[in-house]
Amino acid sequence: MANVALRNVRKAYPNGFEAIKGIEFEVDDGQFCVLVGPSGCGKSTLLRMVAGLETITGGDIDIGGRIVNQVEPADRDIAMVFQNYALYPHMSVYNNMAYGLRNRGMPKAAIGTRVQEAARILELAALLDRKPGQLSGGQRQRVAMGRAIVRQPKVFLFDEPLSNLDAKLRIAMRVEIRKLQRRLNTTSIYVTHDQLEAMTLADVLVVMNGGRVEQIGNPLELYEKPATTFVATFIGAPPMNLMSANDSNIPLPSGAGQAGILGIRPEDFHLANDGSPDGGLAIELTVEAVERVGAETYVYGLRAEKGGATAVSAKPGELPPGEILVRIPGQSAPALGQRIRAVAARDKLHVFSADGRQRIAL
Amino acid sequence: MVEHRRFGNLLPHLILLIGVVIVAFPVYLAIVASTHSDTLISNGQMPLYPGSHGLETYWKTIVSGTGKTTREPVGSMMISSLVMAVGIAVGKIAISIISAYAIVFFSFPFRMTTFWIIFVTLMLPVEVRIFPTYKIASDLHMLDSYSGLVLPLIASATATLLFRQFFMTIPKELVEASKMDGAGPIRFFFDTLLPLSVTNIAALFVILFIYGWNQYLWPLLITTRDDMQTIVIGIKKIIDVKDALTEWSVAMATAVLAMLPPVAIVVLLQRLFVKGLIETEK
Amino acid sequence: MEHRAIFSGKLLALLLVLPQLAISLIFFYWPAAQALWQSFLVQDAFGLSTEFVWFENYVALLKTPEYYHSVGVTFVFSILVVAFSLAIGLLLAVMANRNIKGVQIYRTFLIVPYAVAPAVASVLFIFMFQPGLGMIARALQRAGIDWNPVLNGTHALTLVVIAAVWNQISYNFLFFLAGLQAIPKSVIEAAAIDGARPWRRFWTIVFPLLSPTTFFLIVVNITYAFFNTLGIIDTATEGGPNAATQTLVYKVFQDGKAGADLGGSAAQSVILMIIVVVLTGIQFRYVEKKVHY
Repeated sequence: MANVALRNVRKAYPNGFEAIKGIEFEVDDGQFCVLVGPSGCGKSTLLRMVAGLETITGGDIDIGGRIVNQVEPADRDIAMVFQNYALYPHMSVYNNMAYGLRNRGMPKAAIGTRVQEAARILELAALLDRKPGQLSGGQRQRVAMGRAIVRQPKVFLFDEPLSNLDAKLRIAMRVEIRKLQRRLNTTSIYVTHDQLEAMTLADVLVVMNGGRVEQIGNPLELYEKPATTFVATFIGAPPMNLMSANDSNIPLPSGAGQAGILGIRPEDFHLANDGSPDGGLAIELTVEAVERVGAETYVYGLRAEKGGATAVSAKPGELPPGEILVRIPGQSAPALGQRIRAVAARDKLHVFSADGRQRIAL
Repeated sequence: MVEHRRFGNLLPHLILLIGVVIVAFPVYLAIVASTHSDTLISNGQMPLYPGSHGLETYWKTIVSGTGKTTREPVGSMMISSLVMAVGIAVGKIAISIISAYAIVFFSFPFRMTTFWIIFVTLMLPVEVRIFPTYKIASDLHMLDSYSGLVLPLIASATATLLFRQFFMTIPKELVEASKMDGAGPIRFFFDTLLPLSVTNIAALFVILFIYGWNQYLWPLLITTRDDMQTIVIGIKKIIDVKDALTEWSVAMATAVLAMLPPVAIVVLLQRLFVKGLIETEK
Repeated sequence: MEHRAIFSGKLLALLLVLPQLAISLIFFYWPAAQALWQSFLVQDAFGLSTEFVWFENYVALLKTPEYYHSVGVTFVFSILVVAFSLAIGLLLAVMANRNIKGVQIYRTFLIVPYAVAPAVASVLFIFMFQPGLGMIARALQRAGIDWNPVLNGTHALTLVVIAAVWNQISYNFLFFLAGLQAIPKSVIEAAAIDGARPWRRFWTIVFPLLSPTTFFLIVVNITYAFFNTLGIIDTATEGGPNAATQTLVYKVFQDGKAGADLGGSAAQSVILMIIVVVLTGIQFRYVEKKVHY
């Protein structure tokens, strides 16, 4: 059994800064857990704490039923794939992979079998004699993976392993990593800042922000029912449109009050000429910009409500106040300056409290 | 270190402390010795803490000289050392920077040959050419002169290499922009290149000053008059008194004075020193 | 290296390189050439006439037992100085590389010996080891060792080795420290996760990755031991007793001062020149090929 449990884990630095503020979740045996969040949210720190590379100030980390707070990395039976691969530059690919097994006193023949097997799976057989300096980025990444899988550890830890690859390779490797993990059925914790990687890889998705967990769940759950505006705008691209709730002309539950936040995903809008869905939302927009990407079109519109636009203020990555993004399939699009009407069904609306930290059922 | 052991930090501290003791003890002892009387020292009874004769000893050493030998007071030796050190540092920097400038930014016949001629001087430290060099300096009437102390040592390949390497990292666009602004080679050198090179020059100065101050073989041969001697070779004469007893307090005071300027520079300008050391050896 | 000929003033360029070329030619090449020339000559007893004798001086040199003795002394001296100063420098650098408090203070202390002139360093140790009044000398006496570097050749050699090692610790420490800091932390972490304890990590990962630095330092230290230690030897033992501390460089110095055998002395210089050329050649050829991480 190789589950990983984090119980009220905290990390504070000597200068008082609290990087991790009490995190609690569990990854079941064989599950692929992804930690995702913006830079500085603490995801890498948390991963390193699981690895034993950072100390734990409070709480417990449990691997396979054993509390490992005081256990050295070498004894935790884990393997890690680093962002910059951290291959041993002076050793051949074979020796890079064999090193960990040699340290544990495995006999030479057994090492040979394991390394050859891993090399076969990762298509490294032809490169076994080369040194890391002679490999391409993608090849190095596979060697780093090979080094991890020969150990047959209880847990795989991945620290943004795909960030240094170009876009195409990243997509290909993403699929490979998932296939590999399913095949080996090893519990994995994977850190990334890329929400797309997070969505496609995770069984369990943990969204972090400022040292805390914003939401945990199945990726689609987080997409369908984000618990906070942070998760709402972080998961799903382009990000959800947010506006102040009292701007709309829809009936809201009594609990929401007038100061709430209303969110609709760009893909949940469609253009209509008139009418509005029952209890749903209809907005008049003046088209500001149109982006055609082939399969779909992004329409940026400025709200033409009476009294001016009063959307929630924009943060980096969000639209400026008053601007709404509508995503429509296909290539036909309204002209610039045209007045359009965007409508969204009631069940596609998301309502949050004014501080954005709570989801309110509609 | 990846591991986090409760007592893990004890070992490094212990070893580093031992290292510091090894490094500092000889120096400390010298300072202590310079503050005690000679009789106490000669009897082997010098304690580990400083004594009360310091002021008297240093005055003797620097200013008045002792009566036992016909030695110069150390004060004038320190001036010699200072002239030599500064002269060598400034000299090396000056002629190297302009040579490097020419080699990197100009095109002239035998350019690469010039570079190699300068480079090969690295392979000719003073010790292997000592007597012929001495003869030449003597023929040029440079004995017992400041120019004799300084000139034969200032062709430096290391400084030229350093500047050349640095100049090669200057983006071509900077020079072109400067040219478009109407600057000729001399203006470019003074207005642009020199200010950019300040840190390198400072770092080199530290290294070369120490190199110049600590020279032994060359000043030994080229100076015969006592008052031209540098403090580093003056020390030998103090402990070299074969028949009479060595005045250890004066000897140690001289050692302390000989160490003072270079050590002070290295400690106070540590960052520059380390940068200079590492850059010149690349 | 692509050469950008930015300025075209040939005259100015020549003027700029002139000072360095002049000094190099007058004080470096000309004397070196003279030494080379003189090594092929033999002077008669009165120093009046000289005769060109090809390699006779070299052959004669290689036949003199004193020369081999100096080679032996240089060999032993160099190995001891290089081995000890490298080992101590490395140990201190490894300890200083751990993120402990006060590293800056330790480092400040540890770079002091570099600033001390070899001759002055020698004087410090002469004082401590002076029979009768030196702290360490007295301790040795109490321990039953009849310490006397003036009469005992081994003691004299020990004294100069200790002074030389002390002098070189800083240099090696600084370069080893820089080398250690250049190793990416993630590689060390990966090794730790791979089950390697600190001792094993050091020998299988750190030390191999440090090898360019180590190699470079070996060459530099050998050069130091061969040439820069003349001040130490001259101050402490003047090559004695009975040539026990007479390294090759010191022998050139002594023989040159005596002035008796111009050709032989010149031949010795030329041999040393060849050694420097080889050492420097190795240093530059190797330094050019730095390992990339």
